[in-house]
Amino acid sequence: MLKIDNLHASVDGKPILNGLDLEVHAGEVHAVMGPNGSGKSTLAYVIAGREGYEVTDGSVTYRSEDLLAMSVEDRAKSGVFLAFQYPVEIPGVGSATFLKTAVNAARKHRGEKEYDAMEFLRLVKEKRAALGIDDGMMRRALNVGFSGGEKKRNEMLQMALLEPALAVLDETDSGLDIDALKVVADGINALRGPERAMLVITHYQRLLDHVVPDRVHVLAQGRIVRSGGSGLAHELERSGYAGLGLEPSAAA
Amino acid sequence: MSAQQDAAAHQAVESYAGERYKYGFVTDVEADSAPPGLDRDTIRFISAKKGEPEWLLAWRLKAFERWLEMEDEEPAWAKLHYPPIDYQDACYYSAPKSDSDRPKSLDEVDPELLRTYEKLGIPLQEQEMLAGVAVDAVFDSVSVATTFKDKLAEMGIIFCSISEAVKEHPDLVQRWLGSVVPYSDNFFATLNSAVFTDGSFVYVPKGVRCPMELSTYFRINAANTGQFERTLIIADEGSYVSYLEGCTAPMRDENQLHAAVVELVALDDAEIKYSTVQNWYPGDADGKGGIYNFVTKRGACRGANAKISWTQVETGSAITWKYPSCILQGDNSVGEFYSIAITNNRQQADTGTKMVHIGRNTRSRIVSKGIAAGRSDSTYRGLVRIQPKAAGARNHTQCDSLLIGATCGAHTVPYIESRNPTARVEHEATTSKISEDQLFYCRQRGIDEEDAVALIVNGFCREVLQELPMEFAVEAQKLVAISLEGSVG
Repeated sequence: MLKIDNLHASVDGKPILNGLDLEVHAGEVHAVMGPNGSGKSTLAYVIAGREGYEVTDGSVTYRSEDLLAMSVEDRAKSGVFLAFQYPVEIPGVGSATFLKTAVNAARKHRGEKEYDAMEFLRLVKEKRAALGIDDGMMRRALNVGFSGGEKKRNEMLQMALLEPALAVLDETDSGLDIDALKVVADGINALRGPERAMLVITHYQRLLDHVVPDRVHVLAQGRIVRSGGSGLAHELERSGYAGLGLEPSAAA
Repeated sequence: MSAQQDAAAHQAVESYAGERYKYGFVTDVEADSAPPGLDRDTIRFISAKKGEPEWLLAWRLKAFERWLEMEDEEPAWAKLHYPPIDYQDACYYSAPKSDSDRPKSLDEVDPELLRTYEKLGIPLQEQEMLAGVAVDAVFDSVSVATTFKDKLAEMGIIFCSISEAVKEHPDLVQRWLGSVVPYSDNFFATLNSAVFTDGSFVYVPKGVRCPMELSTYFRINAANTGQFERTLIIADEGSYVSYLEGCTAPMRDENQLHAAVVELVALDDAEIKYSTVQNWYPGDADGKGGIYNFVTKRGACRGANAKISWTQVETGSAITWKYPSCILQGDNSVGEFYSIAITNNRQQADTGTKMVHIGRNTRSRIVSKGIAAGRSDSTYRGLVRIQPKAAGARNHTQCDSLLIGATCGAHTVPYIESRNPTARVEHEATTSKISEDQLFYCRQRGIDEEDAVALIVNGFCREVLQELPMEFAVEAQKLVAISLEGSVG
């Protein structure tokens, strides 16, 4: 599904990723852990194609296509989803309107019929109940005045509706209380499936109590320094990043 | 009425309005044009062509004499820049183009224009009309028009061209014409009073609620009446009317100078809702060509509990100079102004409103949304005046600007004059930019950049779009998207 080879990337001319290798197959959930400043968010943005994140070497292949050659929206339409660490507020744009626009963009891209308002509302109703999102939230402007938990739940709803092939979750667990964390974990688990790959980026192990990954990778100074099974997360929890012999980075 | 019936009625009225203009105006003036330039003879020519009574010719001439004295009064206070206009170079009366001068088919029409029609989803037949293609049977159904004409007449509602009203209802016209915007009002209104070509006339009798949206739609403009339009709407006691003006489709017009006047009169307990979508040719990306739109729109709430509501979506024209206003004379009367003004490329808009509170407990609400992109400038200019007798008057103004890119400008110029200590006037203003974060977020969800801009801007304008009648609102949303094409990236 996703194959990253020797990826080097800079932001503002400053190298952040330094030869990162990673391969995720369909049906797998991988966790990427690492201290602050290790390049976790940069990895997420490079996969999504954000401007300002310059790839200087290496390749990213998604379903045997050159992902780096695709525009941001084409990546999204062909099934790459990024759950944001800080979901953006868009005043005046209703959450339901935004969701419908996004879902229909993807459907159009796949040559499917776009949903009309009624069909879409039925679909949303089905999905949002599972995430504990009430109808009132759908009528509010996108993320405007949402609590941290509401914003993350809304990200999970978008993911559920867009049904991506590759989901990248950028510290979706940060700043959540235990109930909200549970909702997010349930959202992720509900979407696990043989056709879908997930990359869960997180600083803490606690999300991984609820979402048991197939593989865990430790990112430090822009490269994967260690990989293992889900036990690696617990090891990190006990000994900390320093226990792995990793210097905390300057930004930490 | 169900939504479907409503839409059908709406469409029918549009056709009806078209019929009206087809017969009421176009066929009357088949003859030649007046030579360029403006003098007393030009005005006599226009008046004679229209078969007007003596009093109207006298009124036009009075306006012309006044206009001559106004040579130095062409407004210079707006934040607008354009070369001096040579008023003697313009043509003030021209017959519609003959068929031989028009494109024979859509193949001969500017492809750029056709592309826009396509995006707006305008049916082929209407595309032909808009582009001025010589076509025969333009309107579908005479019988539908007749039905609605009968229905309106049954209720005593008059809806016709102002030329026709001058002939059929001279007392009404003579009584109200110039009663809200006097012939001497301002440079452009005075010019309009002297040379106005056509426009709409509406009278709704006491206690009658007009059952459908009255619409000039675009068909009126297709017949070239746009240049010096004059519209007069009177809502008698306890009546209600909603009037739609304009067109979402871009209009080409060889007349660069437009100076329209619209007057509204609402008597006791009457309500007038006036909605505009303006999309005249804005000029090319470098600001070449484009319409100069100098409009005077004013409504008077003459009676107690009267209400006048202006809603405008201004996306076209190279220059927009327009301040739809409300004179709140009647006690407890209400004035509203909802505005979206979008400028792109080299467009300039200086637009806003005046709310003049005269009666007691008068209320007004202003919501202005200015969006600037490219190298354009968008200015909100608004006056709220509370007269000494307007005890308990209230105003709330909300004025938001949205910038797209770093080369455009948004400006807010509020004037507040309160002469009554019990009045309450509130003004809120914000300026924001479409952020890179917002665009990236939308694009990551598979929404193309231009669609994302449209989505964000439509969200920004939502409060105003909500005020538009349903059918207009849908078109206006598409128009917002099209107006901002090429503004990012």
